[in-house]
Amino acid sequence: MMRLLVLMLALAGPVMAVQPDEMLDDPALEARARSISREVRCPVCQGETIDDSNAQISRDLRLIIRERLVAGDSNQEVLDFLVARYGEFILFNPEKTGLNLILWLAGPAMLLVGGAIAVTAMRQRREPAAATLTAEEQARLDEILKG
Amino acid sequence: MIVEIGHYALVLALMVAVVQSTLPMWGAHRRDAALMALAPAAAVAQFVLVAVSFAALTWAFVVSDFSLAVVVNNSHTLKPMLYKISGVWGNHEGSLLLWVLILALFGACAAWFGSGLPAQLRARVIAVQGLIGAAFLAFLIFTSNPFWRMEVPPMNGQDLNPLLQDPGLAFHPPFLYLGYVGLSMAFSFAVAALIEGRVDAAWARWVRPWTLAAWIFLTIGIALGSWWAYYELGWGGFWFWDPVENASFMPWLLAAALLHSAIVVEKRESLKAWTILLAIMAFGFSLIGTFIVRSGVITSVHSFASDPERGIFILGILAFFTGGALMLFAARSGAMEAKGLFGMVSRESALVANNILLAVAALVVFIGTIWPLVAEMTMGRTVSVGEPFFNAAFTPFFVLLAVILPAGAMLAWKRGDLGRALRGLVPVAVLALALGGLAYAMQTGRSALGPVGAALGAWVVLGALWDLWSRTGARSGRSGNRLGRLMRLPRADWGKAAAHSGLGLVIFAVAAMNAWAIEDIRVAKEGETFALGAYEVTLVAVHEEQGPNYMATVAEMAVTRDGRPVAVMFPEKRVYPVQAMPTTEAALDQGLFRDLYLVIGDAQSGGGWAVRGYVKPFADWIWGGAMLMALGGLLSLSDRRYRVAAGARKAAPQGVPAE
Repeated sequence: MMRLLVLMLALAGPVMAVQPDEMLDDPALEARARSISREVRCPVCQGETIDDSNAQISRDLRLIIRERLVAGDSNQEVLDFLVARYGEFILFNPEKTGLNLILWLAGPAMLLVGGAIAVTAMRQRREPAAATLTAEEQARLDEILKG
Repeated sequence: MIVEIGHYALVLALMVAVVQSTLPMWGAHRRDAALMALAPAAAVAQFVLVAVSFAALTWAFVVSDFSLAVVVNNSHTLKPMLYKISGVWGNHEGSLLLWVLILALFGACAAWFGSGLPAQLRARVIAVQGLIGAAFLAFLIFTSNPFWRMEVPPMNGQDLNPLLQDPGLAFHPPFLYLGYVGLSMAFSFAVAALIEGRVDAAWARWVRPWTLAAWIFLTIGIALGSWWAYYELGWGGFWFWDPVENASFMPWLLAAALLHSAIVVEKRESLKAWTILLAIMAFGFSLIGTFIVRSGVITSVHSFASDPERGIFILGILAFFTGGALMLFAARSGAMEAKGLFGMVSRESALVANNILLAVAALVVFIGTIWPLVAEMTMGRTVSVGEPFFNAAFTPFFVLLAVILPAGAMLAWKRGDLGRALRGLVPVAVLALALGGLAYAMQTGRSALGPVGAALGAWVVLGALWDLWSRTGARSGRSGNRLGRLMRLPRADWGKAAAHSGLGLVIFAVAAMNAWAIEDIRVAKEGETFALGAYEVTLVAVHEEQGPNYMATVAEMAVTRDGRPVAVMFPEKRVYPVQAMPTTEAALDQGLFRDLYLVIGDAQSGGGWAVRGYVKPFADWIWGGAMLMALGGLLSLSDRRYRVAAGARKAAPQGVPAE
């Protein structure tokens, strides 16, 4: 957590992210706008959502989202609209398509593989080999373990 | 002159590190006592030299020696003394010097407290530690030398980034580095054991305290960083899944796995190869973290130094140590025969499940962090991976971990009885579910997150307490004084209960924060009152103030609840003229069950001020829980079996590095 927001603040005009004047009067619509803007990346900042960002373009994007919502778009339509304009780079929730599936499935796959290896290893566990310690070391180890 | 001494000491430290990494290793191979005896002396010498160098740089910051480029770029004569000193590590060069200092300190600790180790193992551990030191000293001296002079010293400096001028952040990096670098000890022990081809319970008893210490420091460091983000950034976020946060979180997860698997090696002489692998990976991920922070290949809000030359150097260090250790592992791990057998249902198998879940969780974080890089290089897709992904992909593994924890922690070693453990936990489960139901009944929204978090958190906390309590009566049928026996339980048992309870508190608090936080953004005129949850907030007045090196806009806001005064709060907005940077200083009213969080924004053209208010339920439980986890680690570290040094002739406390 070192140089947070260095670049972003250099670009910043206002100090706050979502401004009161942007907000919609309809609380349900505003809540949807917020939930979308928490998933959209500010194109010029260093890894921040437009919800948190103070950059001008983030404000523009927040206003576009609200415009689309007022025009009756669904959440997905708004996101599609933004992706068409700015590319999938702006989605903090990567699309579950193509090779991106690797990203989404890696965790569950590793859990299965790890679990399978562990179970097999526990089943196959052979009798322990002869002690590799010398008698003197074994004596000392016993003494230590008693301590 | 003092600066030159510091620079000279640094170069000398590199020379010593080269000697430390080679001769004792050779001596251990030849069983040459004289060469092996070089190791502790060299480790201490290296530490002293790096300490002199660090002191010299600190002195340059304290007296504002603007002939040093680092000081010019990161300091200013008007800056408060605390931040002049913390400015030493508030930049790439200085923080790397701190990193090397801590590395040398751990090496020296192995020399000071390691007299109980077998001579060969000790020489090899210190030599590996020296090799890591040599690599980082070379990196420091050749690519990031903090002692470069300015040809023409300016009259004053460019000041430290104002966001870093904060007590929370002044101490955040040192703790993180103690954690990152502390894992180098586990790594050195792992590599030394691979060279020797032997791992036994005594080895584990040596490795575990170092891992535990590193994990404690990482826990504190991460919690401090998160706490800082919470109050400084002005919207009360505490975790952003930023690449650099992930860089500290991955080693934390693996260190947690390692300190659990080391228990199995210590008590049951099993899982040896896996424990060695974890020790290598834990430090490997520390190095990956260093690479992410300092190379700039992955875009992060924390961009530290985006310099390809440095990136390649660190990548080289990473490849050499991780790759080398893994090759050694591939060649030698077959020699690590397990001695203790265990059944499919046993404490060991529960700890294996713990390890798998923690390792998979770390892997998910890793893949999410590097995926943008991979996608761009292999598919030409520029994608982003952020909070929504991590929340969805990471959380299930941690939930699973929390579900199995209380039962697994109560299973017997070798061969356990799951039915019995579960039967004992029935009251705990009922109570946890009741608390979840209560949370569901009390909340207004329909989100399941809050109730599930409450039930899960309660399950873990109560399970940990139940485990501790049942230890007082399990073995004997005596119905004597159980409270007395509770107090006499080994500290390791108390540590386990504290750390697991801390985890439960964090799980609950994170869920509560996400589910039940209230936010209010509005324009308020002076004198205006508005509702914030159950509270009424009045913007009393706004005025300007002059700080030591900044200008501030300060708002006075009075908070009441049902007409009774709760707090008067003073959120600030500061501008630091030297760096022309604005910062928000949120006002916090902390409480046991909620934080009130107020932020003052810009003056609005139509009059009034932009104001943000939050009610953050159970916010402080997050950091309280983290501190409880660290405390648990400390208790465990102070357990008698570590204080009675493993085979040490003297009763010197061992395995406890710098406090």
